[in-house]
Amino acid sequence: MKGMQLWFARNSGALFALALFITMFAVYVVKNGVGLRIGLVTAVANKGVLLALVAMGQTLPILTSGLDLSIGMIFVLTNCIASAILSGPPWLVAAGSVAVLLGGVLCGAINGTLVVYGRLQPIIATLATGAVYHGLALIIRPVPGGSIDPTLARAWTSQIFGVIPTTLVILLAVVLLIWVPFQLSTTGRGCYAIGSSESAAYMTGIAVRRSRFAAYMFAGLLAAIGGLLLTAMTLSGDASATSGGIYTLSSIAAVVIGGTSLMGGVGGAVGSIFGAFVLRAIGDLLFVFDIQPLVQPFIQGLILLVAVSLGAIRVLRTPNRLDFLGVGR
Amino acid sequence: MTRILNVVDRPVVIAFCFVVVLLILGGMYNQQFLSALYLLQQLRVASFLGIIASGAMVVILLGHIDLSIPWVVTIGGITATAVAGWWGAQWTALGVPLAVACGALVGLANGLGVAFLRIPSMVFTLGMNAVVQGMVVMYTGGNAPPDQATPILQWLAVRDTLSVPHAVIVWALVGVLVIVALNRTPFGRYVYAMGNTERVTYLSGISTRRILIIAFVVSGTCSAFAGAMLAGYAGKAYQAMGDPYLLPAIAAVVLGGTSILGGRGNYLGTVAGVILITLLESILSVMQISDSARQIIYGTMIIVMMLVYGRDRRVEG
Repeated sequence: MKGMQLWFARNSGALFALALFITMFAVYVVKNGVGLRIGLVTAVANKGVLLALVAMGQTLPILTSGLDLSIGMIFVLTNCIASAILSGPPWLVAAGSVAVLLGGVLCGAINGTLVVYGRLQPIIATLATGAVYHGLALIIRPVPGGSIDPTLARAWTSQIFGVIPTTLVILLAVVLLIWVPFQLSTTGRGCYAIGSSESAAYMTGIAVRRSRFAAYMFAGLLAAIGGLLLTAMTLSGDASATSGGIYTLSSIAAVVIGGTSLMGGVGGAVGSIFGAFVLRAIGDLLFVFDIQPLVQPFIQGLILLVAVSLGAIRVLRTPNRLDFLGVGR
Repeated sequence: MTRILNVVDRPVVIAFCFVVVLLILGGMYNQQFLSALYLLQQLRVASFLGIIASGAMVVILLGHIDLSIPWVVTIGGITATAVAGWWGAQWTALGVPLAVACGALVGLANGLGVAFLRIPSMVFTLGMNAVVQGMVVMYTGGNAPPDQATPILQWLAVRDTLSVPHAVIVWALVGVLVIVALNRTPFGRYVYAMGNTERVTYLSGISTRRILIIAFVVSGTCSAFAGAMLAGYAGKAYQAMGDPYLLPAIAAVVLGGTSILGGRGNYLGTVAGVILITLLESILSVMQISDSARQIIYGTMIIVMMLVYGRDRRVEG
């Protein structure tokens, strides 16, 4: 019983986001009036999974009380790399996919190196590497385009056995094969420890550097998986600064809605997935409710503001004002 | 000499050294880079970023961040030009005050959210940015308000007196105000104190909420004012005109030696950072380096400079 309570307390943020998404999705399905068609579910899943992957990646640096402002650009860069090399016979496409993922890992490792060994503030270091990654993406793809093998792409973006959207299966695989083992490992636990108190983690003998480095590296990997899927969905690469910026900022919002604290140490990547789906559902809801197109961005902004505020609000639960004033450095 | 070095922070000196190095490199490429005309033009361009960075710096000194800068700049530009359409041409003089008021209002909302709801500023201002964007789209989408720069805006942004650009004079005035506020008023002392430890500042009996709110109002005001001037410089106000200014503003403040964690920083450093970034962008574009290589050089330069003087201390318990 006690364990149950603890579990609820620890995951309240993620559960809140899940409940919010289920409600929004139910309203969307009912209002849409076509029923729970598989095509509809696949469309919703495909839109949400991209942001979900980027948001999962963003969760890791945030857990260490850092931030990755380059994650949207890693997503865009890997999309451009994939659009350039994903063609030819199956084994070449497979090798290409691995290369794309390695590209993401490399970007993340560069961020990690600068933050851990360069001792730069994460915000400013990833701000700068984001510009570099955007430049690289522009070199690979000066204009949008690409030739991707459509058969594989179709397989990735349709359904397995005609019922389950493949992207959801991929997302589940990422959670089970990357996130869960990482969270349970010493390195993953270290990320939480750093976020709670870096000096205490250091004194306890936790490998602070390795954990933090791993957080940025895995962030790059997850963004690259997203970039790969994006390529499969759009069948092209686009070195768009706007798209990178939007994904970076939305990923932060998704992480917060999913119950992860920006101060670090609290939360998890599963909550961020729900947060990402909530963000995506806002747009769909405005569509089915026939809101005037000109008013839509305003209402979308307002809902975003309320959603992140609800996700981040701590005052209501704090009996003493001193509790949320930091203890300082 | 040592006295001067004591007064001015080390990062400020290094940042200005980087400016000189950039100028020498530029001058070696082309003599024109050292002409007074070119330098004054660069200062004019820098002044818009400088005004935005002034507000951003006050917020960063608190250890917070203002991500609503892009659309506050835009709403400032659009309000300043749209006034003529609301009440007729004789009221255009009200454009700038109204734009500034808009910015202050958004800043107030940011400050209230951060101070009373205790929502992290990064998240709340991000949401505010989306809301302001929605408001601008809602307003400008249905009808097309006048977006041409009024004579006053042009006077502020592109005219000179004795070949000194007015924009530079305006930036200097804003800068003096910020320096006085930060170094010679209780408000400034409290800002530095809160950036170091908010808890101790609060326990000292200082209204930390008021300081937070004022800081965000300052940031909103600066952004909207810069937006109005940018509309004058570009000849018109347009959607998303503030988007290219958020990251350079933060980079300029940080390159100038202000800690992103708050509590440490000097306005002279921000001036150096703003000039540094403006010169870097200008020299790269004059050299006709492709956009892709420009991005890479820009990012690498920031990393190199931060590695030289922006490193954190080692964690030692």
